[in-house]
Amino acid sequence: MTDTPPRLSLRGITKRFPGVLANDDVSFSVRPGEIHALLGENGAGKSTLVKMIYGIMQPDAGEIFWNGERVVIQNPRAARKLGIGMVFQHFSLFEALTVLENIALGMDAKIPQRELEGRIRKVMQQYGLTLDPRRVVADLSVGERQRIEIVRALLLDPTLLIMDEPTSVLTPQEVDQLFVVLRQLASEGCSILYISHKLHEIKALCETATILRAGRLVDTCDPRVETSRSMAEKMIGGNLKDIQKPAGRSFGREKLVVTELSVPAAGHFGVPLQNISFRVHAGEIFGVAGVAGNGQTALLLALSGETTTPDAQAIRIDNAGIGRLDAKARRLKGLASVPEERNGHAAVPDFTLSDNSVLTGRDRLKLAISGIIRPGAARKYTGEVISTFSVKATGTEATAGSLSGGNLQKYIMGREILQRPEVLVVSQPTWGVDAGAAAAIHQALVDLAAAGSAIVIISQDLDELLQLCDTLAVINGGRLSRAMKVSEADINEIGLLMGGIHGEGGQAAAPAVPAGLGAEATSAA
Amino acid sequence: MSVDFLIAVLITVVGASTPILFAGLGELVTEKSGVLNLGVEGMMLVGAVAGFATVDLTGNPWLAVVVAAAAGALVSMVFAVLTLSLSANQVATGLALTIFGTGLSTLMGKSFTGHGIKAFTTIFPDWLANDRIGKVLFSYSPLVYFSFIMVGLVWWFLNRTRAGLILRAVGENDLSAHSIGYSVTGVRYAAVAFGGAMAGIGGAAFPLVLTPLWAEGLTGGRGWIAIALVVFAGWKPGRLLAGAYFFGLLGTLELYAKASGTVFTALLPSEGWAALPYLATIVALAIISASKAGGGNAPACLGKPFIPST
Repeated sequence: MTDTPPRLSLRGITKRFPGVLANDDVSFSVRPGEIHALLGENGAGKSTLVKMIYGIMQPDAGEIFWNGERVVIQNPRAARKLGIGMVFQHFSLFEALTVLENIALGMDAKIPQRELEGRIRKVMQQYGLTLDPRRVVADLSVGERQRIEIVRALLLDPTLLIMDEPTSVLTPQEVDQLFVVLRQLASEGCSILYISHKLHEIKALCETATILRAGRLVDTCDPRVETSRSMAEKMIGGNLKDIQKPAGRSFGREKLVVTELSVPAAGHFGVPLQNISFRVHAGEIFGVAGVAGNGQTALLLALSGETTTPDAQAIRIDNAGIGRLDAKARRLKGLASVPEERNGHAAVPDFTLSDNSVLTGRDRLKLAISGIIRPGAARKYTGEVISTFSVKATGTEATAGSLSGGNLQKYIMGREILQRPEVLVVSQPTWGVDAGAAAAIHQALVDLAAAGSAIVIISQDLDELLQLCDTLAVINGGRLSRAMKVSEADINEIGLLMGGIHGEGGQAAAPAVPAGLGAEATSAA
Repeated sequence: MSVDFLIAVLITVVGASTPILFAGLGELVTEKSGVLNLGVEGMMLVGAVAGFATVDLTGNPWLAVVVAAAAGALVSMVFAVLTLSLSANQVATGLALTIFGTGLSTLMGKSFTGHGIKAFTTIFPDWLANDRIGKVLFSYSPLVYFSFIMVGLVWWFLNRTRAGLILRAVGENDLSAHSIGYSVTGVRYAAVAFGGAMAGIGGAAFPLVLTPLWAEGLTGGRGWIAIALVVFAGWKPGRLLAGAYFFGLLGTLELYAKASGTVFTALLPSEGWAALPYLATIVALAIISASKAGGGNAPACLGKPFIPST
C-alpha cells in the first residue's frame, strides 16, 4: 500500500462564492479500491467539492493529484478521461429520450449504436443490473433511472466513481442492490467517493469518512468503529438533541377520516389516487411512506383542499365531511397543510414573511378582517414564529426568498404549527434541511401531536417516518397500503410495499402488493 | 374539373407550401434545441428582400438563395445574442425581431417596388415535363426539390446523428447537457442560425418561386403559420411536411375562389375561403391540446433561458 500513490489526493482546496466560503483548505486522499465517505450537512460544501473533482467548477486555490501526479481538471470531459465517473444526486437524464440515447450522450467517444448496446448489456450482466436500453426514461422508476447513470459511468471503466447522495430516493431493497454493485466495483480496484448524510449506510459501506462542516474538513474517521451518533455530532459540531417523545401515549377520538378517496390523474405524468382510506386520531402521527412520484403530491393536494372531491364524505374532520371544501374553507375547519415545495407553493418568495403569514393565517388568526390586512397583528405573529422556531432571518420584513432552505422550512412549519391546527398535513417536512433544523421541526411536530392535533406526514425519508410516526402506510402507484403500527412494522415489508409495481425491471415485483390491501386499510387503523 | 385543372392546382399548392415548409423546418430545429424564436416572419422578410436584391443586381437565383440564407442567419444572430448570451426574454425578443425584420425589408425594398425579376426556371430539360406525369414530377423550381431534401436531411440529422441527439438533449434538459459537458449556448446558437437561414430561404421563395415582383410584406403572415405548424407537427419533420402542404392547399383554394368564382363561391363565399387557414389553425390547435400525445412532445426546455451555474 505504501508505495502506490493515492488514487485521488486533494491539497488545500478552497472555493469561494459571493458571500460564502464553500470549501476552506480541504485536504484528503482516496486510496485505490477504497469506499470513502464524504459526510456533512446540507451546505457543508460536499457537492461543491465533488464538482471541482469532476471538473464542473474550478477551485480558487489548492491542488488535485491523480495517482500521484498533479492535474488540473478543466471540464467533465477531462475528468472522464482520467477515469473519474460521477452519478449525480439529481439525475442528469433526458426524459424524452431512450435509455440508449441517454447513455450515448454521456460517452465522449463516438460508438455505433449497436456496439454501444452490446457493451451496455455486458456491463449490466456483469453487475447484475437490469434495464431495457430501448425504453424511454420518462416511463422508468427512480431506481431504474439511477441504474442508467451507474451504467453510463461504468461504461467508461472508471477508477474513481463519485456517488452524490445516491440512496435518497431508493427503497431499502434498491439500496441493498446498489451496495452489492459498489462493493463489487471496489473489490475490482475502483475507488468510490460516496456522499451521503445517512449514517447507517456509511457505517455499512465505507472504510473511511471525511467529515465536512461549513466548508472545512473537521475530521477523518473510520465509520465502522464510530457510532452514528458520534458522526452526526461531528457533522453538526454540537450535541444532537434527541426527540422527546412521551412513551405510551394514548390517542383521542378520530380526527381525520379518509374513506375511499379517489382523484383522477392530473396532467400528463400525474398519478391518480385510488380508493385511499385511513384514519388519524387526535394525538396520532400518521406517516405516508413511498418512493417519489407514487401519488404523494396528489394526496397532499387532495387533503389540503387544492383539489376537491365530489364526495364530501370522502374526507371528514370530526365527522364533518369536507371533501367539497376548498383550501380556505378547510383551514377554517382546522386543517392546515404544508406542501413539499417551499418556494412558490408554501411561501411566496418575493413577499415578506409577515405577508406570507397573512396568506395562511388570515382567517384562523384574523390577520385580515373583512379583506383589510392588519399589518401589526401579522408582524407580531411572524415575530412569534421567528423566535419560537429560531428562524434565522433579518426580521419579519425579510422576504421569504432571502431565507436559506432550512430556515424557510422552519418558518413555514412554525407558521402552521402556531396556528394550532386540528389536523396538520405536511409533505417532506425536512427535505434539504440540515440536521439541527430537522431536529427542531421533528420536535415541534411531536409536541403538536402531544397537544392533541392529528398529523399526517408524507415523506420519502423512511428513517424520519419510523422515528416520528405512530402509524405508517405506504403509497405506491396511487394506492395506500394497510396502516401498520410503527412499533410492529417490518422494514422488509415496508420496503417491498414501497417497491410495489416499480420494483425489479418494472413488472416483476408487482405481486409484492397483495390484492385487496386498499380495502384492508379501512379496518386496520 | 379536368385533370389539367387539378394539375394546375397541385402545382400552385406546391409553390404556396414551399416557403412555409422551409421556415417551419428551420423553426423546428431551433425549437428542438429549446429556443422559441417568434421572429420567423421578420427573418423571412429579410431573406425575401436579400434574395430579391441579389437577383435584381446579378440575375443569379442560385446566388440569391445563398444570400437569403446568410441574411436570415445574420438577423437571427441579433436574436441569439440577446436571448442566449444576454438571457433576454425569448418571446419578447422574437416579436421585436419580426418588427425589426419587417421594417428592414420595407426600407431596403423601397427602391425595388415595381421591379420584376427573372425567377427560377426548372432544372430539368423541357421534354421531361411534356406529359401530365412529367409535369407533376418535373416542372417545379429547384427550391421545391431542395425543400424535400431538407425534410429528409433534418429528420436524419435529428434522429440518426450524434449531433442531432445532442441538439435534442440540449432542448430537453439544458442543465443536464451542460453538466455532461456539452455547450448548451453553442448548440443553440447553431440551431438559431439554421432556423434563420431556413426562414431566409423560405422568404426568398416568394420572389423566386411565387411572384417575381417586389411587394411590401409579401410573406403575408406565413411566418406565423410556420410557427404554429411546428406545434401541429409535434416537432416531427414528416408531419411538418404534411402540415405545410395542408396549409398550402387551403391558401391556394382561397386564390382559386377569388379567381374562378362560382364553383367555390357556391360552397363558401371567398371571405370564408380566406379565413380557412386560420380556422384550420384553431381546429388543429384544439384537437392537439385535447389529445395528450400532441402536447407532451414539446422540448422540455422550450423558451426557457439557460443560465449555467458558475
